[in-house]
This record gives sequence, structure tokens and C-alpha cells, in this order.
Amino acid sequence: MEYHLQTPLKKEDIDKLNAGDVVYISGEILTARDKTHSRILEVEEKGEELPFSLKEAVIFHCGPLMRQTENGWKVVSAGPTTSGRMSKMTPPLLKRYEVRAIIGKGGMKDLASALKDRCVYLTYTGGCAALAAELIKEVKTVHWLDLGMPEAVWVLRVEEFGPLIVGIDTKGKDIFAEVREKAEKVLEELKG
Amino acid sequence: MSSKISREKFIRSIADLLRKAEIELPDDVVDALRKAEAAEESQVAKSQLQAILKNIELAKKYGVPMCQDTGILIFFVELGTEFQPGFDLEAAIREAVILATAEIPLRPNAVEPLTRKNSGNNTGTGIPDIHWKLVPGNQLKVTAAPKGAGSENMSSLRMFNPTETGSIKSFVLETVVNAGGMPCPPLVIGVGIGGSFDAAARLAKEALLEPLDAPMDSFEKEIFEAVNSLGIGCMGLGGSTTALSVHVKTAYCHTASLPVAVNIQCWANRHASVVFRGEE
Repeated sequence: MEYHLQTPLKKEDIDKLNAGDVVYISGEILTARDKTHSRILEVEEKGEELPFSLKEAVIFHCGPLMRQTENGWKVVSAGPTTSGRMSKMTPPLLKRYEVRAIIGKGGMKDLASALKDRCVYLTYTGGCAALAAELIKEVKTVHWLDLGMPEAVWVLRVEEFGPLIVGIDTKGKDIFAEVREKAEKVLEELKG
Repeated sequence: MSSKISREKFIRSIADLLRKAEIELPDDVVDALRKAEAAEESQVAKSQLQAILKNIELAKKYGVPMCQDTGILIFFVELGTEFQPGFDLEAAIREAVILATAEIPLRPNAVEPLTRKNSGNNTGTGIPDIHWKLVPGNQLKVTAAPKGAGSENMSSLRMFNPTETGSIKSFVLETVVNAGGMPCPPLVIGVGIGGSFDAAARLAKEALLEPLDAPMDSFEKEIFEAVNSLGIGCMGLGGSTTALSVHVKTAYCHTASLPVAVNIQCWANRHASVVFRGEE
């Protein structure tokens, strides 16, 4: 199935998605990677407020390449980064904030249970940064630029951002885990 | 004898070389991706390969880096013993990296390893990573090979016992299975066998520069076929093409050791070369 979704994402928007479906997202997405995740959790621990909202939000695992112009920031190249690095920090983040979708690449190991009934994991073709940049229509704002260009939180307006494949759905089905399991079996057979 | 090229022109050429490497993939890599797309039977994997091919076209059309991870900048320099540049080549390459970072632009990726402080211009102690080789002749060849972290992080090295040559294939396969979709398959796999701890890794990295259509020997073919039987596929979503090629480079090693390095490269096997000729 193919779905075209608009942010902010409602729970019913993501509940209908099944692993393997194709999704296109329009609206607002926020970039976040390693240091950003640690800082979000630090802010939460201190009981402080974030300078941006994660309610019904879409997080994009991406460290974009940006260029500052007279008219503000412009996206040069902005593909997904390896989601696996954020795996450990994601369950506490999902517990506290109502993030509805995570866009990344490569899958998130052992995360299906943390995502269940809360959030979907969508995968965007790794390395396809020129293609992604074309679908990002506006850099709305940037937070935490002190973390450096790749680690800052870039708030982006996107149109028909995709094709995204549902890698992990809200029912606990995880394509990456299934592929991995099969590959491990083949490996065992090859080893004899 | 001295070089025909001035320092300024050399810096310009190296910055242009980086631009080429970041924006355009070598023909052999694009051909391999096209073949993979045509042969793929999984619709999901096919859609991913089509996105990759479209991305390659767009990067070239708009003159922007194909991936936002513009990598750390690695250079392989073959310096002819008769070629006399007349200036500090290493300093000039560093200057070209700073220039290219600002003008292409490239993402500033180089950080101090412990403080994680970003230098902001892709240079720092040991970066760019320049490998020098002295060769006979009167020319200078510079190859730029930007390397992204997604695939580099999935690479591995093991010091085997000398009797364990039979385990090398399994080691490559385990590395690929553990990596799954994380290094952006379809992969280019470089394997370095022998030498020493660091020499094996260097061989593996050099193997990534081999043309993808270069014939594979029976050992390379055996690993290649086994890797593609794993079914990991494009982006780890399942499919028939997990690797585009496997190349192995070897060097003599100590009788008591067997170093094996597996360098994993994503589909964006970026590299470009330029040759300067000295005065006759």
C-alpha cells in the first residue's frame, strides 16, 4: 500500500501502516542524531523544556549539509544517517515525547517493542541526499547549532518526502529483523 | 627538472578533484548499480535502487554532493621519483581541502577524537589522510577517495591464527550480516589479507579502488556469491544484490600471523584521480 501523510501525525495515521508499505510525508520534520538525542535526554532529566516540540513529531536521523545564504539557510544535501547509533537513546525519548515517526536508514535493532503502539520507523534510501534535498522545501529554523552543523536540530518543511518504506510498524513487525534472521540462517548453513 | 604546475594551480586542481569525487560516481559503479536494478526481483529493493540511480542523476545535474556525508578525505598519492613539485605537497593538499569544504561545500566532518570538537574545515591532526607511494617516473597521480562513516563503521579486522585460512570467508560474511542495512548496501567489499595489523587494513582500503568490472578470481567470486546469497539486499530490506563486488588484496605476512581486514564501502564508491606530468 502507498500512503501520503500530513504532519502533525495522528495515532490513526500510523496505526494503519504495515511493514513494507510506502509512505510520503508532507509538513514539518526535525533532524536529530547522536549528540542531539543525548541533549534531549539531558534537558528532560533536568526537568527543563525543549526549545522545540516533539508532540506528534517526525524525527529525521540526518546530519544535513547546509549553506548559509543572505536569505537564510539552504539545504545542499540531506540524506538519512545510520539509525542504529540512536537505538539505545530512543526508548527513553519515546517514553517522554509523543514522537509518531522516525525516519532513518539501516533499521533499529531490538526496537520493535519500544515502538509498539507509539511510533513507526520509516526508512529512506541511504545516501540519496540530493534527492532528499529536492523534497525539502524550506529550512524553517535551527536549534542547538552549537552542536555543529550535522548535530543541530533543523526544522524542515517537506513535500511528498519519500519514498519511505515502513521498516517497523506499530504492530511490532520489523523487516530488518526478518531479513537479518534469514541471513543468519544462510550463514549458519554456509558454515556447515 | 621541476614540475610544470604552480602551487596555486595544484590547489585548484585538487579542489576540483574533490568536487568531481563528491558529485559524480565512476562509470563502473553506475553501471554495476544499473545492472543490479535491472536484475532485482524484490519490488522494495528495486524501488531503493531506482532512488539511488535518480539521486546520482540529480547530484550531477545540480552539481551537489550525492550524499550529505561527504566523508573524511582520503588521498592516495603516487609520486614519481623524478617529479619535483617545488612546493610542500601535503600543505597544498590540506589547503585544497579547506578550499573545497567552503566552496562545494562539504560537510565539516573532522573532529578531535576525544573532545569531539569539530575543526569546521575537514582538516586536523592526521586529516586529510594522505597515503604516499614513491613510484618510478616523472608524474604525480592523486586519487581522492572520500569515505563516509556509515560504511566505515561496519568494517572489521581480525588477527587469525595462521592455520585458519579456511575461516576468512566466514569472517567476511559475518561482517556483512552484522552490518545488515546500516552501511547502505549494495556494498563494495575490500578484503586485505596478510601484511601486518595496519597493512591488512590498508590493503582492504586499496581494494575498494579496484574497478568493479575487474574480473574476480575464484576466491573473490566464492565470497561474492556467498554474500549475495544472504538476501540482505539494497538497504537491508531484502533482495538479491547485497554486494556489487568483492576484491581481495594480499601481502606476505609473518609466519605466525594471519591478519584479515574487511573494509566495507556503501554503494557510493566515490573516488576520482588526476595526473600531473613533470617537465621533460
